[in-house]
Amino acid sequence: MSYPAEFLYTKDHEWVLVEADRATIGVTDYAQKELGDVVFVELPRVGDSVTAAQPFGVVESVKAVSDVFAPVSGSVEEVNSRLQDKPELVNSDPHGDGWLIRVRMTDPRGTEKLMAADAYETYLRETQTR
Amino acid sequence: MKNRIQTARPHVNRNEKLIFEHSSPGKCGVDLPPLDVPPVSAAEALGEVYRADIEGFPEVSELEVVRHFTRLSTWNYGVDTGLYPLGSCTMKYNPRINEVVARLEGLATDHPYAPEFLAQGCLEVLHQTARCLAEITGMDAVSLQPAAGAQGELTGILMIRAWLEQQGNPRKYILIPDSAHGTNPASVTISGYQMRPLKSDAKGCIDLGELSQAMSQDVAGLMLTNPNTLGIFERQIAEISELVHSRGGLVYMDGANMNALVGVARPADFGVDVMHLNLHKTFTTPHGGGGPGSGPVAVKKFLEPYLPVPTVEKTPDGTFYLNYDRPKTIGRIRTFYGNFGMAVRALAYILANGPEGLRQTTEDAVLNANYVMARLRDVYDLPYDQPCMHECVLSDKRQAARGVRTGDIAKRLIDYGFHPYTTSFPLIVSGAMMIEPTESASKEELDEFIDALRSIAQEIEEEPSFVLEAPCSTRISRLDEAGAARKPVLTWKP
Repeated sequence: MSYPAEFLYTKDHEWVLVEADRATIGVTDYAQKELGDVVFVELPRVGDSVTAAQPFGVVESVKAVSDVFAPVSGSVEEVNSRLQDKPELVNSDPHGDGWLIRVRMTDPRGTEKLMAADAYETYLRETQTR
Repeated sequence: MKNRIQTARPHVNRNEKLIFEHSSPGKCGVDLPPLDVPPVSAAEALGEVYRADIEGFPEVSELEVVRHFTRLSTWNYGVDTGLYPLGSCTMKYNPRINEVVARLEGLATDHPYAPEFLAQGCLEVLHQTARCLAEITGMDAVSLQPAAGAQGELTGILMIRAWLEQQGNPRKYILIPDSAHGTNPASVTISGYQMRPLKSDAKGCIDLGELSQAMSQDVAGLMLTNPNTLGIFERQIAEISELVHSRGGLVYMDGANMNALVGVARPADFGVDVMHLNLHKTFTTPHGGGGPGSGPVAVKKFLEPYLPVPTVEKTPDGTFYLNYDRPKTIGRIRTFYGNFGMAVRALAYILANGPEGLRQTTEDAVLNANYVMARLRDVYDLPYDQPCMHECVLSDKRQAARGVRTGDIAKRLIDYGFHPYTTSFPLIVSGAMMIEPTESASKEELDEFIDALRSIAQEIEEEPSFVLEAPCSTRISRLDEAGAARKPVLTWKP
């Protein structure tokens, strides 16, 4: 699976799609592979605020329970309610139907520390060859 | 020849029906003697909460119950049936002498409310166990109360908090390396602290620079496991402790991996202020269902006033007593005096081995783990390449290229007759295979285990699909773990 060029990526393997002051957030294909079969996703509520680099949710797989970190700060406008019944969407379509939350960003400059797709792929290669 | 078996009685190779499925209406497993008191109507006495029947309750004879559970018991895999290399769990042999001692009449039947003058023997066992554990760790005082490792962690962190409060500021954070056991962050959180993760360095150990940066005036202390969960000894532990102390923090050691240190190194000597031990790991008391557990906490002198009450103490004339008069104590952690029977077994183990025996045990445990690592590293990836202590962590990196992950290899091991190693932990190793053979494994048994893992690596080269379907020799083949977690069915009849 390729990493969409329009996304930005974190070192913790989240992606974010920024459109004006809206950001859609999910975990990357690499993250879902490492997690294995996702069995439960815990997300914030609409109206909650999330802070860049702080955990906002939890993804539980058969192997591990992992925090998901917010790539940007903002308030939650929408959560992917389909994941309640179909957490496997995170595995089957991590960059699409498996998205986690949409936030309205409080500080649009918060994306400077994030990686573009090619930088993220380089980062993955470095991580894996260690 | 045609297989003529149409039906067969359940036996050891067959799956077992649920007890509900053995039921037939009207059967009863008990035959009560005639009443020797006037009969009372239950319906009248209980009123509306009375019910005549429990729907769906299994109706089976006593013998059917006995056979059902006896057959199920033969499915168990334990330390008494074979090698149990479950990393981080120290699944070693529980010597039978422990059980003999624990069943001695005075120890097995004494009542926790017995007056002290009638319980001198039991109190002495507690006192002496605590003294032995203090000697082994180098610490000054021990409480045997915590009933498990995680409860020991909670006790220890609460004592750190109490001490810091006494100094005027409990502080806010506890640092925990990213290789830590999952219980550490939980204990810290329940104690009212926030946990801050510390990234390990390229050798899998604590990075002094990273620690120095994180160790602010808001940090109450560092919670570390040594050797860490990679089975690697923190060589800079003295500098680490000094740094934490110089910033006013305390060092907590998770003693889950003490099987690598007993008789060789004492945590008190490398700067640990408070730690717990797992009697059910290092000191051969039973694990899990057969437990209960026991997680004694050992402290340096300055933390002694904060130990849970009661402590077991000795008067100058040699009488043992329970001391509840400890104004600074964090309080009671567990009913009575902890899991007393576990102290008896641990003491039996310690005394039966003696100092030289305990040291030998540690050396054998470390030798076994290094032997396994040395003989498997050419077929499985070794992410942190250095001598290990009591356990080694390999990874599935090479096998993952063929689509086979650590969990698949573990399941295939079942077909070879071994309990799997620990999969996917520690989290800092992708596809971790964590192997802890303990000192109990003989070389012959280790060779069989190593041969099995080498053979599985070969299978993965030749026909990975075979391993992906494992286990195939068990009564029940591979379970749908994801399905069970996503859509759990918790009733016996769907």
